[in-house]
Amino acid sequence: MSPRLTPLNAAHKKLGGRLVDFAGWELPVQYAGLVAEHEAVRTKAGLFDVSHMGEVEFKGKGALEAANRLITNDLARITDGQAIYSGLLNPSGGFVDDIVAYRFSPEHIFICVNAANREKDFAWMHEHATGVKPVDRSEEFAQIAVQGPKAFGIVQRLCPKPLEGVGTYRFTTGSVAGVDCIISRTGYTGEDGFELYCPPSGAEKLWFALLEEGKGDGIVPAGLGCRDSLRTEMKYALYGNDIDDVHTPLEAGLGWIVKLDKAEFIGKDALVKQKAAGITRKLIGFELTEAGVPRAHYPILKDGQKVGEVTSGTMGPTVKKAIGIGYVPTALAAEGSTFHVEIRGRPVAARVVKTPFHTRG
Amino acid sequence: MANGEYPKDLKYTKDHEWAKKSGAAVQIGVTFHAQDALGSVVYVELPKVGTAVTAGAQFGVIESTKAVSELYSPLTGKVSKVNDTVVGNPSLVNEAPYAGGWLIEIEPSNAGEWDTLMDADTYTKLLG
Repeated sequence: MSPRLTPLNAAHKKLGGRLVDFAGWELPVQYAGLVAEHEAVRTKAGLFDVSHMGEVEFKGKGALEAANRLITNDLARITDGQAIYSGLLNPSGGFVDDIVAYRFSPEHIFICVNAANREKDFAWMHEHATGVKPVDRSEEFAQIAVQGPKAFGIVQRLCPKPLEGVGTYRFTTGSVAGVDCIISRTGYTGEDGFELYCPPSGAEKLWFALLEEGKGDGIVPAGLGCRDSLRTEMKYALYGNDIDDVHTPLEAGLGWIVKLDKAEFIGKDALVKQKAAGITRKLIGFELTEAGVPRAHYPILKDGQKVGEVTSGTMGPTVKKAIGIGYVPTALAAEGSTFHVEIRGRPVAARVVKTPFHTRG
Repeated sequence: MANGEYPKDLKYTKDHEWAKKSGAAVQIGVTFHAQDALGSVVYVELPKVGTAVTAGAQFGVIESTKAVSELYSPLTGKVSKVNDTVVGNPSLVNEAPYAGGWLIEIEPSNAGEWDTLMDADTYTKLLG
């Protein structure tokens, strides 16, 4: 099957993006180079095509309640114009996906889901939603993420609406470069910025307008490669790596997105039980204290025995250390705990460290 | 810069290593294309001096921020020198793949293998 193309495919080719198949989509892994793009996002601004992400909407009376029964976080605790990061769980407490839910109003909830899980999530939500049923709106949206310390100014200069009031995890709607957008102060890099949802027909216009407007600020088009290294430095979970259908949010260190005092949501019973019993494994961040680079699926060893597995790892371009994320037994989860990561048969020393690995300067 | 990327005095392999005669020894590294495809090189794992290497067989590992790749020896022989500088500063592979970014030097044991390697023109054609 040939990969699906986003509305920005021609733009990526024009800009010299190195295109790869990612979750069934043809997307740029890099343009000029991963490290240069990573640094641009940390110090200036980077532009990402994330049009492969899916969008699902609940609309009508009871929309908030219907969506709220599917997710771990609580849409009743935020106000209109706010978004929340949340888990979408199976009854065992494992992740179907991790999502961002936008509250336009109690009658209008908009959810952004991972590209690889689009079809699965929609089927899951459709099957389990009571009252209001979801609508898959993925084909109606492209998405561009503008991230970095210069992102705010670049977007603001193209947007007639004042955006100062749109704080972190808040959103508004309005025109950016003449294209109607959902303007969301969110991201996956650890830097300030926006994620702009727009009609596919306006994506190219918006993309090139942002590049042009940000030229003086040093904005660069950025690929999936640095998106991964940026989020790893923040220990942001990647579905399929750090979270999946067997690990729970409590194990993944995402207890803060679980509101157990909420009346009901799928997976709640399993999490209540797990919390009472205590978790036995935990997702931690570590750095290697000997030479090497940790990668997903490398075994984590203690006293020569496999006790866990690396879920993500890289040489962090900003932190300039070999960093990794992985599940370890709770006894090894405290900061300063030591273990080994098996790299090509060789045990390499590692130490649990405080996360995020990178803190905004 | 296209011509300068693949010096005429080197030999090349389909796995994107280069080999260069240096007296009786042969210096080995990865090509411009290889380092470009890898992206920023962050880690290099090389054999010890004295290790036997075989043409076409793995002799080490090179890692970029995003990927792990195996290094294959163009020739059979014994490792006579290792570039410790590149182990400490792997970005030399990107900055100077044919100079400071060389990886190992070997004493070849099968002189006939040299002529089986590609010249710059053939390698450039392979890259398309």
